[in-house]
Amino acid sequence: MYVAVKGGERAIDNAHAWLAEERRGDPGVAELSVAQIREQLSLAVNRVMAEGSLYDPDLAALAIKQARGDLIEAVFLIRAYRTTLPRFGASRPVDTGAMSCDRRISATFKDLPGGQVLGPTFDYTHRLLDFALAAEGLAVPEAERGAPAEGPMPHVTGFLAREDLIQPEPEGAETPRDLTREPLDFPADRPLRLQALTRGDEGFVLSMAYSTQRGYGRNHPFVGELRIGTVTVEMDIPELGFSMDVGEVVLTECETVNQFKGSKTEPPQFTRGYGLVFGQTERKAISMALVDRALRWEELGEDDVGAPAQDAEFVLYHSDNVQATGFLEHIKLPHYVDFQSELELIRRLRREAMAATRREAAE
Amino acid sequence: MSNSAMQSVEDGAQASRRARLSTLARAPEAELLALWSSWLGDRADPAHEVLRPPEIGTVMVRGRAGATGAPFNLGEMTVTRAAVRLPDGAVGHGHVQGRSKRAALVAALIDALSEAGQAEALDAAILAPLRRQAEAVRSGRAARAAATKVEFFTMVRGDNA
Repeated sequence: MYVAVKGGERAIDNAHAWLAEERRGDPGVAELSVAQIREQLSLAVNRVMAEGSLYDPDLAALAIKQARGDLIEAVFLIRAYRTTLPRFGASRPVDTGAMSCDRRISATFKDLPGGQVLGPTFDYTHRLLDFALAAEGLAVPEAERGAPAEGPMPHVTGFLAREDLIQPEPEGAETPRDLTREPLDFPADRPLRLQALTRGDEGFVLSMAYSTQRGYGRNHPFVGELRIGTVTVEMDIPELGFSMDVGEVVLTECETVNQFKGSKTEPPQFTRGYGLVFGQTERKAISMALVDRALRWEELGEDDVGAPAQDAEFVLYHSDNVQATGFLEHIKLPHYVDFQSELELIRRLRREAMAATRREAAE
Repeated sequence: MSNSAMQSVEDGAQASRRARLSTLARAPEAELLALWSSWLGDRADPAHEVLRPPEIGTVMVRGRAGATGAPFNLGEMTVTRAAVRLPDGAVGHGHVQGRSKRAALVAALIDALSEAGQAEALDAAILAPLRRQAEAVRSGRAARAAATKVEFFTMVRGDNA
């Protein structure tokens, strides 16, 4: 129970003023600009865009500055801002096969058309702190340039599909369910689950994926392909009567090739898990693919082994960090009346218990 | 002109407008505004009536399960749109990625002027430089990516030889 409590205004105003001062930190140190955050903390920006479910690097950078680097608080700010905007419509589904790839690797095929392209990765770094970065005014680093091979970079799963070695992706409804427009409702079909996972908390989705690898609903994933790059976003514009590109976004896509499935009537085929996330967000995309695959147990006719990652209600109800933090943190707000009644109750129970003890002792 | 010839002229006009609007939508705000301002020189924006004041909104970006399957909602992106009409009746629509109201209005003006017969001049002055810049960004990233392509070579192990 909540009651209006007055008298906190001055304290709150002063707390917020102090927050602003603390956010700025030592004034002897140069202030961080939004552009610096956008350019130099870009993976934090990507995470806020993915979990905030709004692709706008400048806004995400501003949110990170305002939140003092608390990324969940920044996601909250982005989600709140988004609700103030009208939605003009929905894009056509993006074509990740036409992506301009910065990175494209496969853990299943060494030699594949387009090749293994590492891109700007932390992989193979030694994870030793680089004290050279502590110095300022370093020369601007310059990457090597190669000769780009023009031509398509086909999806690895396409090769397997051609030989019928992997399950085809079924068509779905042209207009998928949207959990930002209607309350989450079960059973949740795969498009709805994918929407929840792509905006889910990276830590939560990572841990769920990890649990499947450790044996809680194992699904034997191979990373068939991981690609990061830019795709154009195309939308039909009714007043023009045709479609146009309304922009472009950087996406990370992970396709897993999983344990096969067959029956008396169908020869064995590999199954799939899928991850697609805003920005360069590789850990999240791989995690999403593993959890997507775990949640597909029912449609693939597998057993429910009782693993947490197989439980759609558990996963989807707990993946959203804004909902989770809202409910978790509200318990620190004043609950004076609730607690007062608890106090009265425990005092009465203790009085009764002690009286009973005294009576027994007297008898 | 035969019907099919008229149809193809119509298609050609639509294709070039579509290409123009797509280039404007993806243009970085600073580049677009700088090019527009050099096009104007000392002039102010051409006379126009605002049919739809610049409005910031979102577009829900969709993907497909497994890249080829059922569509799903990936998340939204910011888009700003505007529409204008010139005194001669030409209507221009502007949609730009992001939240720049000025860029959306400028895109709509460029579209309207192009519809009103200035397409060639505007293409040379504004759209061609934007296309070149977009291509430079794209090919620059592709060249860096190409330098990180793994060239496998097979090691011959002595005991297996």
